[in-house]
Amino acid sequence: MKRHLLEAADLDRADATLVLDTAAQIDAALAGREVKKLPTLRGRTVVNLFYEDSTRTRISFELAAKRLSADVINFSAKGSSVSKGESLKDTALTLEAMGSDAIVVRHSASGAPHRLANWVRGSVVNAGDGTHEHPTQALLDAYTIRQRLGRLEGVRVGIVGDVLHSRVARSNVSLLHTLGAEVTVVAPPTLLPVGVGSWPVEVSYDLDAVLPKVDVVMMLRVQAERMNASFFPSAREYSRRYGLDAPRMGTLADGAIVMHPGPMNRGMEIAAEVADSVRSTIVEQVANGVSVRMAVLYLLLGGNEPA
Amino acid sequence: MTYLIRGVRPYGGDAADIVIKDGRITTIGEHLSVPGAEVVDADGLIALPGLVDLHTHLREPGREDAETVETGSRAAALGGFTAVHAMANTDPVADTAGVVEQVWRLGRQAGLVDVVPVGAVTVGLRGERLAELGAMADSAARVRVFSDDGSCVSDPALMRRALEYVKAFDGVVAQHAEEPRLTAGAQMHEGDRSARLGLTGWPAAAEEAIIARDVLLAGHVGARLHICHVSTAGSVEILRWAKARGVRVTAEVTPHHLLLTDACAEGYDPVFKVNPPLRTDADVEAVRLGLADGTIDAVATDHAPHAVEDKESEWAQARPGMLGLEQALSVVVETMVETGLLDWQGVADRMSVQPATIGRLAEHGRPLAPGEPANLLVLDPAARAVVDPATLASRSRNSPYAGRELPGRVVATFLRGDATVLDGKAVR
Repeated sequence: MKRHLLEAADLDRADATLVLDTAAQIDAALAGREVKKLPTLRGRTVVNLFYEDSTRTRISFELAAKRLSADVINFSAKGSSVSKGESLKDTALTLEAMGSDAIVVRHSASGAPHRLANWVRGSVVNAGDGTHEHPTQALLDAYTIRQRLGRLEGVRVGIVGDVLHSRVARSNVSLLHTLGAEVTVVAPPTLLPVGVGSWPVEVSYDLDAVLPKVDVVMMLRVQAERMNASFFPSAREYSRRYGLDAPRMGTLADGAIVMHPGPMNRGMEIAAEVADSVRSTIVEQVANGVSVRMAVLYLLLGGNEPA
Repeated sequence: MTYLIRGVRPYGGDAADIVIKDGRITTIGEHLSVPGAEVVDADGLIALPGLVDLHTHLREPGREDAETVETGSRAAALGGFTAVHAMANTDPVADTAGVVEQVWRLGRQAGLVDVVPVGAVTVGLRGERLAELGAMADSAARVRVFSDDGSCVSDPALMRRALEYVKAFDGVVAQHAEEPRLTAGAQMHEGDRSARLGLTGWPAAAEEAIIARDVLLAGHVGARLHICHVSTAGSVEILRWAKARGVRVTAEVTPHHLLLTDACAEGYDPVFKVNPPLRTDADVEAVRLGLADGTIDAVATDHAPHAVEDKESEWAQARPGMLGLEQALSVVVETMVETGLLDWQGVADRMSVQPATIGRLAEHGRPLAPGEPANLLVLDPAARAVVDPATLASRSRNSPYAGRELPGRVVATFLRGDATVLDGKAVR
């Protein structure tokens, strides 16, 4: 494993598999235990440095670190020295001077974790940077797929929605490709990057054509600010063409699953009856997020052998 | 002071001795002897006319922590320049006769290079109404180049009026070609790399659309138009078409667009963030060929010093721009001379003659010949050195060439017969 987890490409197939296997071992070790805690990172300090509001990701990392017995500090950019104009570098050096062993960073600027990694000696974990990547989301998605379908090699995955602005999509494309899955991205052409042709994916503008051919359909959140910027004519038209409703779900193959990284816009990209169906893995994804993040922190800080 | 430059090769030709006296080249010949002259041993070195930069940011007034007229002038002299056009985006903006005269006067005081102010096209660079272009033209600074550089004059009616208005004093509008509605939040060239890096793309079409519009406008009103820092293959094609139709358009390319590509954005180091952004290999090839065949008239540095804190940040927060004055000639040697695209006459043309002509500078860009103003440089083309930003004369350190070995070393520069650089060092 590299010292940092900045993007999915930092993990080769062996490393990515090691993370997933480690998460499975952690799950097994904690299953049925009354005290859901391992002593592995006792005395180590993990800082959650969040420049964007993201309660669910922050809580997931916090829980992961605490279940490994690490000391956790939550540093929110709002109401801190950052709002007084402190630079990312100065914040990083301050946290390091206080003895942080790992910094988990969420930032609105693509590449901010890469910059941070130049300035600190400890490990940096990217918890979402701008429209670039969110590698632990991709790991928990891969873990969830493997748990449900039993494999990743050859699994056909459709990623549907605002691919242009999605860090979840970028990390999933990269990691799923590494792990041997076959990815199709589905979106209106306005929500695909100009350079998508260089990605290891199939591209489709037609959700109905793709749904019967995939084992996994991963719906992306459509941000409210896209609605009034001519990426598509209206929320209703988007929903009609690219939303996953019950009739569309009915065209999926038996056993195919529906994923969403959350938070969902029910009625927009995903209908309530789909989100709550047996195909939906949305709640499992949240639970798996903690295990996978434990595995990442353990492997970066604790050692290179499976737990 | 009288100088005898011994054994130098004007334009890379046969070796000769050059005598400089009273601000002029007095004699060029073989085995000259001038009692009392300071001898510059230039055996095997190359003499070129002093370089002229159409596009320099000197930051004064306003950001003297990043660069001053004096430090920028020293950097220019070390790069072989004898004249630089100081861009208007200072604080306050150079949009009045008062500010352009201040910059011009600071340049005279530094005395290392002729500092030629560029006037803003519009008040405050806001693109709303014309600045007092005539007052700046008539001022002591004698402004002939007008630009809102950094901000495109995107309003087509305003651009038309600017092009027309400056005809009265043989001025030229230097356009920063960027359609702002296509580049909102843009961070780097839009293509495969921006797609992967998650940085908002700056499409080539946003540059090309403005150039296409403006060459049509310039042709329509019969005005001079200059295009700043051309960066795409499509722009070169449009310029070639416009010139073939007889439009009075000229264009410049920066050293960094001749050498670097968007691959530099990998790693997110904002020293490589610049506007227009670094483009693809195909674009680099196209601008080199455009410069070689004269479609692009000139090399201009877009020297853009930035304080450390404005670059040591997240990519999106960093200011765009990079240093260029001290390495410009070296980059041209590497990309144009060593590739066989330009000979030394060609380098002199693109870096001295053409920019001086575009800027209407009578005393610069002149041939190396007896009776001409002694604005010239002496270059050691064989020297190679690794760029170390800590050793630069600029007050800032944002060089994209850090750690890169480049050919060519400016050994001496003369401004109107006075040495500004000797033995590769600034005289003051």
